[in-house]
Amino acid sequence: MLEIKQLVKSYGDGQPVLKGLNFATEGKALTAVIGSSGAGKSTMLRCINRLVTADSGEILFDGTDLLKLRGKALQNARRQIGMIFQAYNLVDRLTVMENVLSGRLGYVPFLQGALRRFSQDDIDHAYQLLQRVGLSQYVNQRCDELSGGERQRVGVARALMQDPRILLADEPTASLDPKTSERIMELIARLTEELHLPVLINLHNVAQAKHYAARIVGLKDGVIVFDGKPRDLTDDVLEQIYTGHEELEEQLHPHDEAVQEAAP
Amino acid sequence: MTRPADGSSVGTHYAWKRPHFIENPFVRFGLLTLAIGYLLYAMSSLEVDLQRIARGIPRAIQIFSGAIPPNFAARGSLIVSGFIESIQITLLATAAGVLLSIPFGFAAARNISILPFYGLGRAIIIVARSLHPVVLGVLFVKAVGFGAFAGVLTLVIYTLGFVGKLLAEAVEEIKYGQIEALKSAGAGYFTVLAYAVVPQIMPRLIGLTMYQLDINLRASAVIGLVGAGGIGNTLNSAFGRYDYGTASAILLVMIGIILVVETISGKLRRFTK
Repeated sequence: MLEIKQLVKSYGDGQPVLKGLNFATEGKALTAVIGSSGAGKSTMLRCINRLVTADSGEILFDGTDLLKLRGKALQNARRQIGMIFQAYNLVDRLTVMENVLSGRLGYVPFLQGALRRFSQDDIDHAYQLLQRVGLSQYVNQRCDELSGGERQRVGVARALMQDPRILLADEPTASLDPKTSERIMELIARLTEELHLPVLINLHNVAQAKHYAARIVGLKDGVIVFDGKPRDLTDDVLEQIYTGHEELEEQLHPHDEAVQEAAP
Repeated sequence: MTRPADGSSVGTHYAWKRPHFIENPFVRFGLLTLAIGYLLYAMSSLEVDLQRIARGIPRAIQIFSGAIPPNFAARGSLIVSGFIESIQITLLATAAGVLLSIPFGFAAARNISILPFYGLGRAIIIVARSLHPVVLGVLFVKAVGFGAFAGVLTLVIYTLGFVGKLLAEAVEEIKYGQIEALKSAGAGYFTVLAYAVVPQIMPRLIGLTMYQLDINLRASAVIGLVGAGGIGNTLNSAFGRYDYGTASAILLVMIGIILVVETISGKLRRFTK
């Protein structure tokens, strides 16, 4: 359904961040993309929905090359691709409901969106989603009054409001404390499984990737160095993915570090 | 490191002096000499004349004694109609000016505009800002004739320059992630502006509007002096008739109204967060 071919992207005149990346989704599973910071995880996701413009290659979405789309056709493709952001990216000064409904903005004409005239179906759906993410009591609360975890729940509801055919999540839990992070991961995994929605999720936390993903892709310096089942992600492979980066120890022995930090 | 209790210093000594703003002493003193020299020259060429000041004092006293007590009654209805016209000019010009500032301010914001519109927006705002309202007032009185309409046009342009520029800056400071989120949901350009940009600049826009209302009320009195309607006209003709009692009455009312407007606009601005 989504197939990336020979994707190249560089920023400015620098070294390419992605060096001929190839990847294809398989079925409707949750795929985690891991790799050290700077490996190209974010760039890969943002190339897919064209928040950044790739230099060359193809991204086929049901056979259409996303990189060739413009204007209305690009908007129509984007609305089928949900995205969850690390910094939530909610419109802070608007209410929870307005933010959830903003997931429909790719479907409604300008005036309807600007005047918040959404269809009854959309409003019903938004209420259902808010109930599912546990925020129905905050419908008319402004988003800047919510906690980080609550904001990301709104972010999840907004992405699902698009009726997406695939979900992208760029480190959705990296700004949250460990406990909240775990709950948000659970929520994303559970909802997308119910909806049979394929998910491509960048994760900083390898333990989480192993726990939630059916498939793990390891990115290093703009190329894929591992692609397989979580159980095949051995310490040797991790070492290869994270070699040369300070994060290596942390990813190999996350528990040790937590214990050390807890020690007086 | 702790100091010895008796206050004596031990160890190495360091010499410290505040560094000069301009390090080179020749440049430093050269510039200072130049500045003082020019001021002396300017003073001599402008004929600053103490005798003229001395001769002016009795005349000033005469004006002030004519102005006390202020005379509200003689031209009361003129004062009232003048102020009503000024307030109308102010409200109309502020509303129209702010509405006009929105498209130009958006066009002049680097992060959401495209290059040709950015250039055009900036250029128009710069032109509007570079002309003082009095100069604009003279121009519009020549163009459309004496009266309130010239005043409204003047203040619309004045508002466009001020609010347009600050609005463009406010748009340039918004959080881009919110725009990305809506773009990735498939929203079109204008939908993104209305749904992600406008909410972010709304408090600023309301604050600026209130502030501009304040400024325009003052300016409306000034541009009246050059014939652009309102209380300034009334004030001008009072001076023309040597009717200082009426003039001081106008000034007192003006101060009162501006105090009231300032209080209201300040309260409203604090209300929008």
